[in-house]
Amino acid sequence: MTDLLTLAGVHTHIGRYHILHGVDFAVPEGQTTMLLGRNGAGKTTTLRTIMGLWQASSGRILLDGQAIEHSATPDIARLGVGYVPESMAVFSDLTVKENLVLAARDGPLDDSRLEWIFGFFPALRRFWLSRAGSLSGGQKQMLSIARAIVEPRKLLLIDEPTKGLAPAIVVALIECFAEVKRRGATILLVEQNFHAARELGDKVLVMDNGLIVHRGEMAALATDVTLQERLLGLSLETHQ
Amino acid sequence: MTDLAAPAALPKPRRDLLPVLLPVILALAMLPLIGSASSWVTLTVASLAMGMMIFIMASGLTLVFGLMDVLNFGHGAFISVGAYAATLVLLPLAPYVQADSLWLNLAVLAPAAVLSMAVSGALGLVVERVLILPVYGQHLKQILMTTGGLIVAEQALYALWGPQIIPLPLPTSLRGSFIIGDIAIAKYRLLAMLVGLIVFLGIQLVLNRTKIGLLIRAGVENREMVEALGYRIRRLFLGVFMVGSALAGLGGIMWALYREQVHASMGNDLTVLVFIVVIIGGLGSIGGCFIGALLVAMVANYGGFLVPKLALVSNILLMVVVLLWRPRGLYTVSGR
Repeated sequence: MTDLLTLAGVHTHIGRYHILHGVDFAVPEGQTTMLLGRNGAGKTTTLRTIMGLWQASSGRILLDGQAIEHSATPDIARLGVGYVPESMAVFSDLTVKENLVLAARDGPLDDSRLEWIFGFFPALRRFWLSRAGSLSGGQKQMLSIARAIVEPRKLLLIDEPTKGLAPAIVVALIECFAEVKRRGATILLVEQNFHAARELGDKVLVMDNGLIVHRGEMAALATDVTLQERLLGLSLETHQ
Repeated sequence: MTDLAAPAALPKPRRDLLPVLLPVILALAMLPLIGSASSWVTLTVASLAMGMMIFIMASGLTLVFGLMDVLNFGHGAFISVGAYAATLVLLPLAPYVQADSLWLNLAVLAPAAVLSMAVSGALGLVVERVLILPVYGQHLKQILMTTGGLIVAEQALYALWGPQIIPLPLPTSLRGSFIIGDIAIAKYRLLAMLVGLIVFLGIQLVLNRTKIGLLIRAGVENREMVEALGYRIRRLFLGVFMVGSALAGLGGIMWALYREQVHASMGNDLTVLVFIVVIIGGLGSIGGCFIGALLVAMVANYGGFLVPKLALVSNILLMVVVLLWRPRGLYTVSGR
């Protein structure tokens, strides 16, 4: 299996703060890789650095063999990378429809793909012409994810999508991500919800202090409580 | 109830109509104070015309601030340059301007307006690339650079055209007034209202009915996410900056014809007024800018008629009152 995304010795500074201290990992094509770690470990910075929202100070980032560490964010997105930020960042003044029209960069909205998305997130159909700012937190998250998958993408970078959401919505998100993966997308997912991580993850990376401190199979970490406690400071079962 | 089983419809967000009604309320409130219906109509039409011209000049600035977070204190330069560019057409073709034919007058005015917009838009391109680009995200430097740019532009106009005020007479067919009973409505003010309304509707159409407009509205709210969706917002910035500059140029020729004169400091003189309108309206809001421009013009005209001494401070007073009521302006744009 080839690696779609590779990071080698990536350092990132934000102002005078040195956040990533030489991050190395690879994300295999067609799989879901979970990026875990305590708060402040550098997970969000890693995603933002890949997306070009913060420039890597040094190191290499390869997407499908192409170096992107000096590329601008729009160019990275145009290589087939979808991004769902932790803040969701839906455009509040735009309607649900307008948010998705904007996300469909390559042309008009594809009706069959929309129906597929509505299958996971029926609320989006119902609130099609409502302002995104008037949606609930869960609905905004659905919209943020729908925006990332409204056109096929090679790689999805998703930052803590289940944070603060009701269990029923988390189930819908898990189903959605699983289906997106079945359709061939590669996913790098920052997640703190153990149930979601175990359900979705093929591979797992654990970060601490701006470094990858563990890499392996998600299934292996999910069953090894001692390893969880050593890496994450707590058992994943206790961190729902 | 979870979000998956959400109710059939969201509660409709309340439309905030109070700012829209403000100019109407203000105008009606002034009627008994002014006393004479004909004076009231004259002042109201003058306010609407002046407001539309200020809106044309300010609309670009509010978009530039909203989308690009750029404080352009040099916006007035585009107004002056637009007005001077118009003289390049209107003065050599003065016989057509003075001809007693609407079509001949318009045949000269239209290319003059196009030239004003083209020159101001081109200057906008240069300013964005040379002055703004190096100082994105640095407000203090933006103020210094653009203020410096305004001074340089003003002095360049003095050097090229001389320090004298250039008379710019109105075309013959736009002189005088339509008389309805004892009410006189100046023809040029009607034209100014018409052009302002067309610009307002055009901007609304672009913002609400086109993908470029969607991008601008989304960019005003969250530039980073627009880029993450794959759009090169820098190009959009440049386009909006050029259009904003061109609109200022159009406002420049309209204001020059309104005052029937052109001078190098006219843009500088209008800068404070334009900023007041942008602040009153809410940074980045075109609708707020439109209402703010009308309010500023109304307060100036009604205030000047009722309490002439108040006219000197009326705009500042209006801004203080509006900001005490709504500290972020009449309409707040999300993300600002």
